[in-house]
Amino acid sequence: MTIAASTQLICFFALSAVIVLGALGVVLLSNIVYSAFLLGGVFLAVAGLYLLLNASFVAAAQVLVYVGAVNVLILFAIMLVNKKEDLAPIPGLPVRRLLSGGVCAGLFLLLTRVVVTTPWVSGPTPIGEDATVRIGEHLFTDYLLPFELASVLLLMAMIGAIVLARREVQSVDLVTGEEVDQGLIEKSRTPLLVDQSRG
Amino acid sequence: MVTSLATTAPALVSPGLDLEQSFSQALEGLGLSAQAARMLWLPFPMLLVLVAAVVGVLVTVWLERKISAAVQQRIGPEYAGALGVLQPLADGLKLLVKEDIIPDRADSLLFTLGPVLVVVPVILSWLIVPFGQNLLISDVGVGIFLWISLSSVQPIGLLMSGYASNNKYSLLGGLRAAAQSISYEIPLALAVLAVVMMSNSLSTVDIVNQQTGAGVLSWNIWRQPVGFLIFWICALAECERLPFDLPEAEEELVAGYQTEYSGMKFALFYLGSYINLVLSALLVSILYLGGWGFPVPVEWLASWLGQPIDAPLVQLITGTVGIVMTVLKAYLLVFIAILLRWTTPRVRIDQLLDLGWKFLLPLALVNLLVTAALKLAFPVAFGG
Repeated sequence: MTIAASTQLICFFALSAVIVLGALGVVLLSNIVYSAFLLGGVFLAVAGLYLLLNASFVAAAQVLVYVGAVNVLILFAIMLVNKKEDLAPIPGLPVRRLLSGGVCAGLFLLLTRVVVTTPWVSGPTPIGEDATVRIGEHLFTDYLLPFELASVLLLMAMIGAIVLARREVQSVDLVTGEEVDQGLIEKSRTPLLVDQSRG
Repeated sequence: MVTSLATTAPALVSPGLDLEQSFSQALEGLGLSAQAARMLWLPFPMLLVLVAAVVGVLVTVWLERKISAAVQQRIGPEYAGALGVLQPLADGLKLLVKEDIIPDRADSLLFTLGPVLVVVPVILSWLIVPFGQNLLISDVGVGIFLWISLSSVQPIGLLMSGYASNNKYSLLGGLRAAAQSISYEIPLALAVLAVVMMSNSLSTVDIVNQQTGAGVLSWNIWRQPVGFLIFWICALAECERLPFDLPEAEEELVAGYQTEYSGMKFALFYLGSYINLVLSALLVSILYLGGWGFPVPVEWLASWLGQPIDAPLVQLITGTVGIVMTVLKAYLLVFIAILLRWTTPRVRIDQLLDLGWKFLLPLALVNLLVTAALKLAFPVAFGG
């Protein structure tokens, strides 16, 4: 085995381990902030896999979109609404956990069987650096309609978010017609940071 | 730095100057395989660029102190070395030996990981900075796009350190940094896209080559004046330089996300922000100011002097001129950034977001559209 091939193999196993363990951590950790940071790590490792597959443009786009935009927004949302609030205990939690674990194990077995039984053929050879040009050509010829539809979908989501987020603050009470005490509209202050004092 | 024969312009490098080839041949003469020789070669350009980046930071810190002193009619650092040139080194040494304090109620794992996540993407981005035709670590095809995507990883590190400090100023600073970075990334990417459209390539080497036709007249700044301004404003915002240094606004937030940091972890933030500043200046000079190009094309000068451009000595001189020009242009921009820092007041957060979303974003879109139209109308001048 050449040095290049063995390096590639080592990288593959390291990235796969990061993806699998990171994804398990995202689901199983109770601290939601850790989950969000681990999700970023998983996204980065997936970008690394794309790099190994010689798809550098897809890897860069993965980092830009998933790590730079999606994950940062998730973190942002978590940190802005980080209320210290004890969740109500759910009845029968161990049974629920067992059930969902069983469903996941079944899915895993099914997928393993599919992976083992499918006769895999090696796909087209990657074109490396020329891929950027090829992706552009495809996006603006035979995939033009899905491309444009995706942008319309994003626009709709954006307008929807703006409509939901805009709250008209009323200065006059609708029922009594009196001026509203603005101090009541402001929510009571909630601590932004979790108290991590030991003991 | 790599002088690779295989990639862009094979005819331009004379065999004697291809350091990688000579290095490999020397090692193969010792009985190593070609692959092992390449493995041993790979760290050299990376180390060289890392050292160049750190030295660039030291120079920038010294410039910042001296220029700020001149602006405020002080003398500035004077005792450490001639004109105080060793002052940044002394600062760095002091930070190196300072006690590393992790606050009692901080999240120690995330607290340590945060500064690392801030610095690593910035240093990785130096991968694509060319100092000459073949003087870069790797001429990757996605080039400038790699820089844009890597710089989007940085806010995660800032959020992480802001959260892990368990301090309200740090958290607010981290959130501000992330919001600012997301807002200014979009006009930045659109300004880059206009340049990329003209050069038909994302590779930084191709972008510079497209500007080398007629010396100073063919630089992109004449064809993309609006894009240049947008890029510069956004780059300052991404580096959190004044007038956009809200994440660490000292009157409001103590020091933002770095409030709780000390010693080497603080130094990593400091290093990261200055490496980022130098990197941004380098990229402005690559995208808009002709990169390594001399104001008069060196090919013209060589033919005027009657020298063949392929001669090893001429190549050595043109390579040196290229490095000097790149660094000179970048440091001119660093100088402007420092002057801006000491002359402009800080914007408010609402002004910052208004400027980004309501002014720069539409302007960048219009710039992109106009560039596309001009490219169709005048393919000779705007890249066909």
